[in-house]
Amino acid sequence: MAYAWCFLLFMTGLYCAVVKKNMVKIVLGIIIMEYAVNIFLIMLGYRIGGVAPIVGKGELAGIDKVTSAFVNNCVDPLPQALVLTSIVISLGSLALMIALCIRTYERYGTFDITEIRRLRG
Amino acid sequence: MELFIFYALMAFVLIAAFIAVETRNLLSAVICVGAIGFGGSLIFLFLKAPDIAMTQIVVEVLGLVILIRATISRDLTFISGDREFFGMVVSVVILFAIFMAGIGIFRQLPDFGTAVYTRTPEAASQTYVSRGLEETGASNIVTSVILDFRAYDTLGEATVLFASIIGATAILRKKAKKLPEDLDE
Repeated sequence: MAYAWCFLLFMTGLYCAVVKKNMVKIVLGIIIMEYAVNIFLIMLGYRIGGVAPIVGKGELAGIDKVTSAFVNNCVDPLPQALVLTSIVISLGSLALMIALCIRTYERYGTFDITEIRRLRG
Repeated sequence: MELFIFYALMAFVLIAAFIAVETRNLLSAVICVGAIGFGGSLIFLFLKAPDIAMTQIVVEVLGLVILIRATISRDLTFISGDREFFGMVVSVVILFAIFMAGIGIFRQLPDFGTAVYTRTPEAASQTYVSRGLEETGASNIVTSVILDFRAYDTLGEATVLFASIIGATAILRKKAKKLPEDLDE
């Protein structure tokens, strides 16, 4: 059910990006899709009753070893690391898309994509 | 109780997404996307990913500033109506078909709460969890993955970020560069 929720959120963003006429709305749809995919990837590595992948004092066995209880309860650290990258990159792409929107508004005076059909040199 | 709060957060995020899609006012839509981002940050916290929750809050604040800069002080145009009605109906039908097909695929995944990597004992994540502290000395396993095991990935991330910011500044530049023939006149 949690996976289906992520998919529903993704389809909401896709609907917004496909159907809406406003350029900023299209950008918002793409952002919603990014959130849905990030949450889905984190959900794939989740364990019920798991612990965060941070070694505390209670999880040390010896000087450099972690206890087997930690290994058996830890959530997956790999999707967390990669989603961290993805979130930061989404900020960069958001800045680029909004810059395009602002320039288009300055040139054409509207966000409506059906009005931006005529090309000007 | 914890699970109830988790499901309540998920419902909150979904409602915020619906409002963001359907509202007419652009500023309201932007603020609803901010609500999705902060609710998503809390969901990350429930999914035992504190690093991502912190990053999400920082990125969300910056993204809201950028989005509000784009929408405020424009005329908040109420662009009414969608695209052509026939195209809208067709796209909605196609999206619904994709949704129904995708739901079937999710049944093949393991249930929510059993991590995928526990099925394969040879997965890279097992090595990171069991030997990460020993090999890198970082008590936070996520840090040891992004800064040591997969450091090239972080380097690529910095490159992509740099390129996108260069693109944004080039697009937003007010004065165009003068061409050589303009200089001669």
